[in-house]
Amino acid sequence: MRKLRFHPCGNFKESYDQELSIFDTDFGRLWMIIGLVVLFGVIPFASGTYLLFILNTIGIYAIAALGLNLLIGYTGQISLGHGAFFGVGAYAAAILTTRAGFPFWLSVIAAGVFTAAVGVVFGLPSSRLKHLYLLIATLAGQFILEYVFVTWKTLTGGAEGIILSEARLFGLNLRDDRTFYFIVYVCLVVLMWTMVNLKRTRYGRAFIAIRDNDRAAEGMGIPIFLYKLLSFSISSFYAGVGGALFAYHMMSITPEPFNLWLSIEFIAMIIIGGLGSIPGAIFGTVFIVSLNEVLSHLTEYLMNVGVSTGAAITLAPLKEFVFGLAIVLFIIFEPKGLAEIWRVIRSSFRLWPFSY
Amino acid sequence: MDFFMQLLVNGISLGLLYALSALGFVMIFKSSSVLNLAHGELLAIGAFVFLVLSAWADLPIIIAFSLTLIGTFFLGFLVERLFLRPLIGEKLIEVIMMTLGLGIMFKGLLLFIFGGDIHAYPDFLPEGLSFELGNIFIPSVNVATFVIGILFLIVFGFFFKYSSQGIYMRSVADNQPAALSLGVHVRRVFAMSWAIAFIVAAISGIVLGIINGVNVHSLSAVGLKVFPVVILGGLDSIGGAILGGIIIGLLETFTGGYISTSLREIIPYIVLVIILMVKPYGLFGLVEIERV
Repeated sequence: MRKLRFHPCGNFKESYDQELSIFDTDFGRLWMIIGLVVLFGVIPFASGTYLLFILNTIGIYAIAALGLNLLIGYTGQISLGHGAFFGVGAYAAAILTTRAGFPFWLSVIAAGVFTAAVGVVFGLPSSRLKHLYLLIATLAGQFILEYVFVTWKTLTGGAEGIILSEARLFGLNLRDDRTFYFIVYVCLVVLMWTMVNLKRTRYGRAFIAIRDNDRAAEGMGIPIFLYKLLSFSISSFYAGVGGALFAYHMMSITPEPFNLWLSIEFIAMIIIGGLGSIPGAIFGTVFIVSLNEVLSHLTEYLMNVGVSTGAAITLAPLKEFVFGLAIVLFIIFEPKGLAEIWRVIRSSFRLWPFSY
Repeated sequence: MDFFMQLLVNGISLGLLYALSALGFVMIFKSSSVLNLAHGELLAIGAFVFLVLSAWADLPIIIAFSLTLIGTFFLGFLVERLFLRPLIGEKLIEVIMMTLGLGIMFKGLLLFIFGGDIHAYPDFLPEGLSFELGNIFIPSVNVATFVIGILFLIVFGFFFKYSSQGIYMRSVADNQPAALSLGVHVRRVFAMSWAIAFIVAAISGIVLGIINGVNVHSLSAVGLKVFPVVILGGLDSIGGAILGGIIIGLLETFTGGYISTSLREIIPYIVLVIILMVKPYGLFGLVEIERV
């Protein structure tokens, strides 16, 4: 057995392999295994129905946030249409199961692929344009897709939406939150593993090169347009898979949730979590979904207490205010987001008591 | 034919509104190359400050109007100082995110204070401005919009072309490090450009408020309509913003009148995507040739 690796007291990497390694030390690997055991062995059995529902929501949004993180955090292209792409995934999955009778797993994958194709269409303007313009193009995409959801009644059911039939996988009923938990988190872990490794390939490095300096990247022989489109389609694929799971999670979909606000929430997730950080995307999702829950419970509580229902109604916009404030404060004080805070906490433990 | 004429007049007046609301946006982009996603909220802030001063505090219109301008000017300074100054020299993506966050924050705050209802200003425009063209009535608000738009075009055209402050602003927008090294006071220019943009947004917001009523949701939605307008006209062209606004306005009313009302809301964005693919720098925008 090879020697166990511990934290060195500095940066002593001798080869590119070491630079590319995912785990600096063997403790990292150990923690990952512990984490997986807790994720699949403890949490689903220890939490109640409500908590499971929230956890599933977190897992689904985290998948989409990972995709957006690839686009914004790694490739440096801002998208304001991620919520609509999420919706495309949801509708694709719902239509494929109800109309074409696709099984669950196939509809999820097909939804991802279809969303990736839609993403490419709206990513095309990026061929000639910098991120400013791409942002505007995706904003237009958001509105156009929303319009399609509402008006293409024969396919999407218009404002009434689509109700999904009961889905089964390996004979298990997916309506059960605990079963669905396993599916969501297996998807999340697989997609996260893919993303971590994507970052280490030539594609991942090309994305980062485009973000840091697109002219230099072009000079080094990276076909920027193709890579931007690739990044766009991978990001949309993640959104599509997330959306498909969302459709099965909710069991019925309407155009309403897939509005601009959802796109903004996704952006908030990855800014608060930390741009260009994979754990950051997860942290950000947990933060935003919990914030949503806490704020909506607070309003509900205030309504029930009946101090005055007027106060509770005026409290509702506070949610937007807190969202905006969180984004603003994170950009000013901790631009690297929760991931950086997490890293600081970790290394202060590691260096204790001689933090030099 | 009457229907057509009516649509034409409606389209032009709607387009002038869009043009007017796009001016503040172009102003910020031209002076600091920041894509301001909080523009709709800036319009709303101006409109609500004027509402408080004119309708609630019952001040005379002229005093309320000048106080609004002074107030939003300093508000602009404050916002720049608190939120945007820390980002000078940072990547553009963070500044855009910041404006997005600011927009959400302002919207939440305004909704919290004023609620989602539609408020109205007292009637103060002189009736003498309105006139009849053939058998179509053009209300004085639209005439005022037109006059204000042209006034802005002239004033800012000269400002950016000849005044030293305007030239500083253009230099900062073009290349921040180069401007810094040539001795341009970038921080002051930033502060100035945000303060002026707040004023412009306030004036546009007030005009929008006179016509459609003061409502947080509708005003912040106008902030998103600005994008097709400025892309069509060219992101940094004030004349382009006015022409783009009129074209988008006409397009909306004609689509609404002849094709379908539900398509009306979405047609500007469809046009936007097409323009981005065909002529990305718009009609009058500065073409940056960069083969990357």
